Amino acid sequence: MDFTRLFHPESIAVVGVSLTNDRHPANVIYNKIHLRYPVNVYPVNPKGGRLQGERVYTGIPEIPSSVDLAVIAVRAESVGEILESCIEKRVGGAVIISGGFAETGRKDLQQKLVDSAREAQFPFIGPNCLGIYAPGRFDSFFLPGERLIRPEPGAVAVVSQSGGVLVDQMVKFAEQGVGLSLAVSIGNKALIRELDLIQYLAKDPDTRVISLYVEGFEKNEGRRFVEAVRSISKPVIVLKAGKSRQGSRAANSHTASLAGDYRVFSQVMMQHGVVEAKNEFEMVSFCESLSCYHRPIQGKIGIITASGGHGVLASDVCAAHGLSVPAINAADQERIRESLSERLRTIVTLQNPIDLTGSAEDDDFVAAAAGLIRVPDIDCVLLLLLPYSPGISSDLGARMSYLFRGQDKPLMAYVPHQEKYRMLIEGFELNNVPVSSSIDGAVLMAEALRRCRPC
Amino acid sequence: MLNPEIKDIFLKAQKTGWVMEPEAKRLMALAGIPVPAFSWVKTESGALKAARNMGYPVAAKVVSPEILHKTEVGGVALGIKNDAQLSQVFSRFSTMPGFEGILVEEMVSGTELILGAKIDDQFGPVILLGIGGTGVEVYGDTALRMAPLGEKDVVAMFDSLKGAALLKGHRGTPPMNLSALMRLMLDFSALVMACAEHIESIDLNPVKCTPEKCVAADARILLPQAEK
Repeated sequence: MDFTRLFHPESIAVVGVSLTNDRHPANVIYNKIHLRYPVNVYPVNPKGGRLQGERVYTGIPEIPSSVDLAVIAVRAESVGEILESCIEKRVGGAVIISGGFAETGRKDLQQKLVDSAREAQFPFIGPNCLGIYAPGRFDSFFLPGERLIRPEPGAVAVVSQSGGVLVDQMVKFAEQGVGLSLAVSIGNKALIRELDLIQYLAKDPDTRVISLYVEGFEKNEGRRFVEAVRSISKPVIVLKAGKSRQGSRAANSHTASLAGDYRVFSQVMMQHGVVEAKNEFEMVSFCESLSCYHRPIQGKIGIITASGGHGVLASDVCAAHGLSVPAINAADQERIRESLSERLRTIVTLQNPIDLTGSAEDDDFVAAAAGLIRVPDIDCVLLLLLPYSPGISSDLGARMSYLFRGQDKPLMAYVPHQEKYRMLIEGFELNNVPVSSSIDGAVLMAEALRRCRPC
Repeated sequence: MLNPEIKDIFLKAQKTGWVMEPEAKRLMALAGIPVPAFSWVKTESGALKAARNMGYPVAAKVVSPEILHKTEVGGVALGIKNDAQLSQVFSRFSTMPGFEGILVEEMVSGTELILGAKIDDQFGPVILLGIGGTGVEVYGDTALRMAPLGEKDVVAMFDSLKGAALLKGHRGTPPMNLSALMRLMLDFSALVMACAEHIESIDLNPVKCTPEKCVAADARILLPQAEK
C-alpha cells in the first residue's frame, strides 16, 4: 500500500461538512485547511449548495480534479459508501474521523471498510480518530486552529492510538522546543496500524525519531513490531498504557504469574532496543534527545555546573537512572584547572561534578567542556546552566554547541525555560543540542541514549 | 523439528491438560536439558529397587494427573535415607487421589533458579529466568526475553538480575557453571520455539545450579486450553 498521497496530499476533500453548523467537525477541518494550508480543498455534502461562498460538491465523483486525500466525517453507516466512491475515483487515501465502529460494538461495519480497502489497496487511517497533523502542510484534526498548540516542524514523528494523548503530547513538544515531522492519531487502527506506520516513517526523510503511544497489540503483533524495529535504523520510543491482563490459569504456572502482559512488553522492548518511556515527561525528553543524537552511550556522565547543589542533585538523579558519574583522575583535573581563568583555579571543584562556581564566565564553561571531552572515562556531558550568573552570556549556547559538533560525545543542557533566556536556549536547540527545563529531564535525555540499543 | 517421542508425550497429556513430571522430565531429557536421574515406579518393590540402584539418599514425588501442585498436598519427600523411609513414603503417597505411582529421584543440590516459558498473546514465546526457584515470588527478581534467545540475550538476562552475584560468585562462594546454564537456556529456548503450538507454559522450577552443573529438578508443562 502506498501512503505517499495520504501523507503528502495536494488536494483534500472534506466529506460531511454541514451547511448550517459551523462547529461540525468537518467544518472545522474544512475551514482550517481552506484558510491556512497550501493545498486545494473541496467540501462535500450530498445536498450540495454553498459554504462560505464556496461550492459544496454533492459527492466525491463530482469533484472536477483529482483528490489525494479524503477526510471523512459522516455517520458510521454512510462511511462505506463514501469509501467506495473514493476508491472508484482513485483518491490516494482517507482519514475516517467518524466513530461508531468497533469501539461501540459495530465490528461488522468496520470489517467491511477494511475488506474493501484492502482489496483495492486503498490506505485509510482510523476510524474514530483525529487523523493526521503534518506541520505547515495540512491537518485533519477537528480542533480549531486557534485552540491548538502547534509544535514547530522538526524530526519527531508521533503515532498515537489516542487522539487526546496525541494533542497533549504536542503541547509538551511545543513547550520543550521539540519539532514534529508528522503526528498520526490512528484511533481504531482498523487498517493502518503501528507496524505499517513504522515502516513508512523509517523511509520518511523528515523523520529521525519515531515515537508511539500504544494501548495494546493484537495476537503476535508485538513480535512483528519488534522485528520491524530491528530492521530500521531510526530510534523508536514507546509509551505503553493499559494495565496488565492475566491469563485465567496464571496461578497454575509460576512463569505465567511472573510474566504479566506489561512486564513482558517492557522487557521485550528493552531486548530489542526500543526505548520505553514510562510517562509523558520521559517521552518528551527521550524524543528531544534522540532527535539530536543516535549513537548509544554506556552512560558515564560528566557534569558541569555553576552551582554545587545542582551538581549533587544531578548526580543523585543519574544514580537513580543507572548512569554513573565517574571520578576524574588528578592529572585530568589539573589539565582542566590550567585551562580555566586564573581567579577560578583555586575555588573550583573538578572531580565530577565539575563545579565552576557562580564566578565562572563563558570561556570557563567552554574550557571545562573541552577538557571533559578528552577524559576517556566520560561518554556524555551534562551542562547545568544557571543564567542568573552574571558571567554567562546569551552566546554560550551556540558556542558550546559548536564545541561538541563533530565530537562523538553528546552534550545535554539544563536551562530554566524562561522567556528571557530564549536566545541562550535557542543557541543550543537550533544547533542540535537538546535542552531540558529540568535537571531530571536533562538526565533522562542522557538515559535515552543509554537505552537506545539492544540489551 | 520435534521428534516423535516428544510429540507423543504432548499427545498423551492432552486429556489432563498438563504433562506429569516424569513425562515432562523425559521430554526435557530428549531435548538435551539435564535432569536428575529418575525412575517412575508403580509399586513399592519397584521403588525400593530404583532407590538402591540410584543410591540413597533419594527424593520421592507423587505422580497423579489430579495433583498439579505436589508440595501443597505433601506429595514431595526429600532426603529419604533408607528402604524403611521410602516404604513409608510410598504407602502415604499411594492413598492420594489419582495415584499413578511415584517418582524416585536422585537428590540434587545447588542454588535455586527458575527457568520458564510462556506463549504470550502479543509476543509469542517468551523466556523467564529468575532467582529463588520455588521462592521466586518472594524475591521478585526475574528477567524476561522474547524467544528465541541468543547468547547475548542470555548474558543480558544474567546481568539484569539483582541476585546476579549468586550466580557469579559472592563473598568467597564459587561461581555457578554459567556456561552450563547458558547451554541449558539456549537448548530450552530452542525447545520452546519448536513446541510453541503445543504448550501454554513451562516451569523448570527449581533449576539447581552448582559450580559443576545445572539441572532441572522439577518440570511442569501446561498445555493450551481448548476453549478460547
